[in-house]
Amino acid sequence: MARKGPVGRRGFLKGAAGAAAGAAALATSTPAAKAQAPERAATPLPSTALAAAEKSPPTRGDVSAVDVYTTDRPGADFMVDVIKTLNFDYVCANPGSSFRGLHESLVNYGGNKAPEFITCCHEESSVAMAHGYFKIEGKPLMVMAHGTVGLQHASMAIYNAYADRVPVYIVLGNIQDIKFRRSDVEWAHSVQDAAAMVRDYTKWDDNPVSLGHFAESSVRAYKIAMTPPYEPVVIVADAVLQEAPMPEADRRTARIPKLTLPAPPAGDSGALAEAAKLLVAAENPLIVAGRSARTPQGIALLVELAETLQAPVQDRHFRMNFPSLHPLSGGNIATADVVLGLEVQDFWMATHTQTPINRMGMQSKPITKPGAKLVTIYSGDLYGKSNYQDFGRYAEVDLSIAADAEATLPALIEACRKLITPDRRRAMQARGAKLAEASKAARERDIELAAYGWDASPISTARVSMELWNQIKNEDWSLVSDVNPFFSSWPLRLWDFKKHYQYLGEHGAYGIGYGAPAAVGAALANRKHGRLTVNIQCDGDLNYAPGVLWTAAHHRIPLLTIMHNNRAYHQEAMYLTDMAARANRSVSTFSVGSGINDPNIDYATMARAYGMYGKGPITDPKDLGPAIKGAIAVVKRGEPALIDVVTQPR
Amino acid sequence: MQKLLLAALLLTALVRAQDPAGNAGAGQRLYMKNGCYQCHGTVGQGTIAGARIGPPRLNAQGLIRYVRRPAGQMPAFTEKVMSDRELADVYAFLKTIPPPKPSKDIPLLNDLRGK
Repeated sequence: MARKGPVGRRGFLKGAAGAAAGAAALATSTPAAKAQAPERAATPLPSTALAAAEKSPPTRGDVSAVDVYTTDRPGADFMVDVIKTLNFDYVCANPGSSFRGLHESLVNYGGNKAPEFITCCHEESSVAMAHGYFKIEGKPLMVMAHGTVGLQHASMAIYNAYADRVPVYIVLGNIQDIKFRRSDVEWAHSVQDAAAMVRDYTKWDDNPVSLGHFAESSVRAYKIAMTPPYEPVVIVADAVLQEAPMPEADRRTARIPKLTLPAPPAGDSGALAEAAKLLVAAENPLIVAGRSARTPQGIALLVELAETLQAPVQDRHFRMNFPSLHPLSGGNIATADVVLGLEVQDFWMATHTQTPINRMGMQSKPITKPGAKLVTIYSGDLYGKSNYQDFGRYAEVDLSIAADAEATLPALIEACRKLITPDRRRAMQARGAKLAEASKAARERDIELAAYGWDASPISTARVSMELWNQIKNEDWSLVSDVNPFFSSWPLRLWDFKKHYQYLGEHGAYGIGYGAPAAVGAALANRKHGRLTVNIQCDGDLNYAPGVLWTAAHHRIPLLTIMHNNRAYHQEAMYLTDMAARANRSVSTFSVGSGINDPNIDYATMARAYGMYGKGPITDPKDLGPAIKGAIAVVKRGEPALIDVVTQPR
Repeated sequence: MQKLLLAALLLTALVRAQDPAGNAGAGQRLYMKNGCYQCHGTVGQGTIAGARIGPPRLNAQGLIRYVRRPAGQMPAFTEKVMSDRELADVYAFLKTIPPPKPSKDIPLLNDLRGK
């Protein structure tokens, strides 16, 4: 039987939509509330017979006896009002019945704008798209998924985002109340504690039991996600709350709290004075940057610090931290007397060597010289979890500043400037001149090395990099894929990286399957800026969830994909050779289980099958330049394009 | 007689080990089959995972010594894995790889200079 209750028109909270800065009272005094239609009988949820249609064919019977439910005010509409205050550009999701109410409200009530629905073919793609999007735009995307099977699909990508300090805003559907589970499907898709599965690698979650609770927890989740260190968060949107009419009592009392993002934590002034003293007095300081540039401003700040000190910067490329051709790019940690680590998650690894894989035992040695002072500024010191071990080994340092590096740099630069005497300035300038010479010599070496194998087939990764650079160097380009070490880092060695969107770093947790969807997400962010987005795509990575190519085609996301088709899970092929040699056995079996050949995958055909431009396979290096030129023309029309290039392994 | 034969065989092996002359075609097949290309590239150009070895900078003996006891990350290949004869063949293959064109003659690379 239908429950009776008051139901109003949709749009009851449209006045609150988009009001990110303000609290929106859900009172009947709002203009929208006043415009409500006359009350009529409410129909809360479909009957058991009707709901069985999700899984079963229609049954015979007297359909006139079946209750027909409608409501003009489902709880999901209020959820959309909450979501709109958080100002998401897009919501990435593979559709799922546990959030069908919210899905429908986003499209019809929310107008499919802010957020706009992006159809994904796999939840791992949804999260990785949000991952890539954030690293370009600095704004989280929303992701929706089933609290069970969808989240299981999404989980690796969430761990990648967690380890890469990227906020992803995940909304999970679930049917908490057993009496509303209409079929075995809905029982199987329900869970007692949906977020439990990913709690080890998300920063915060909640399972709201009312719409008011949903509003407060949603705003809180956003604030937590966007407080450095950034991390993914989870909110459960209960399906009954989504689909049932918003209770009259909630309409009078529910509010959407005001969102105020906290200022990121800056370092203690006393500690910064100590750090400045060490850096200014150092003969050979070195700055090691991990995720130092949290925003575009972070690059300018690091340049300012490096130039103030005339200190070299070793960029570990987890973000675009420092211009690649800056004369202070480089440095040698072995000769440094002071090492400053900025948001370096693996600072211990950055300062030590370990027994290589071709030796027995396991020993580590510092790379730094005896007596070198080690200083870190790291927001990871403010937050951590225990189970997953992405935090790395404990770093023994001389001065540890628990703070966000980018927020701390202005004060550190100022503290350094105050201590620089004319004598120190002269010494620093002399050091800077030597570093510039070393940087120039290193670049010349790289240019010479790039010539080796220039005409080879499979095509050398240096050749691919330069054919690509030749076509994009005069564009507003954005390389959105990880090329270190998969592409022998050639773009990082040869191209001129300056802007924050020109390099995004890597997976985070090295979970393969990140590359293609993160590239599509990054391209989605670049689209409105008119940038030419370029993805050097590893073949193994694409095969985890290639449906994201369809997402790019369907949503007209311009993206140039160059396949790094080495026809192998190549890192593992190398490891298998290591293991066989170590065991004194045949090394010729390495391709068993690691090769992606026999048959070779035709990626150009794959691309075309998903509805996008595809060209290749390209095996002759002379054909590559024209192929790239043709594909760029397609991308400039606003479409994705893929070129399959058969490449050297690294 | 048997002792003389054995001595002759040992001498032959020693001479071959000291001055191995290999078969380049066989060497290329071994280079690919045994995964040398994985780190060094199919024409020995080197990658981020392995040094440039084509054309070789070491002599054959130097290459064999290094393969048996590598200093860096490379796995040690004992004689059980690759014989001296096979390594000599690989060396012969590496010797066939021509030096690259000077980078100044490759416009895409030369354009990078001064930037």
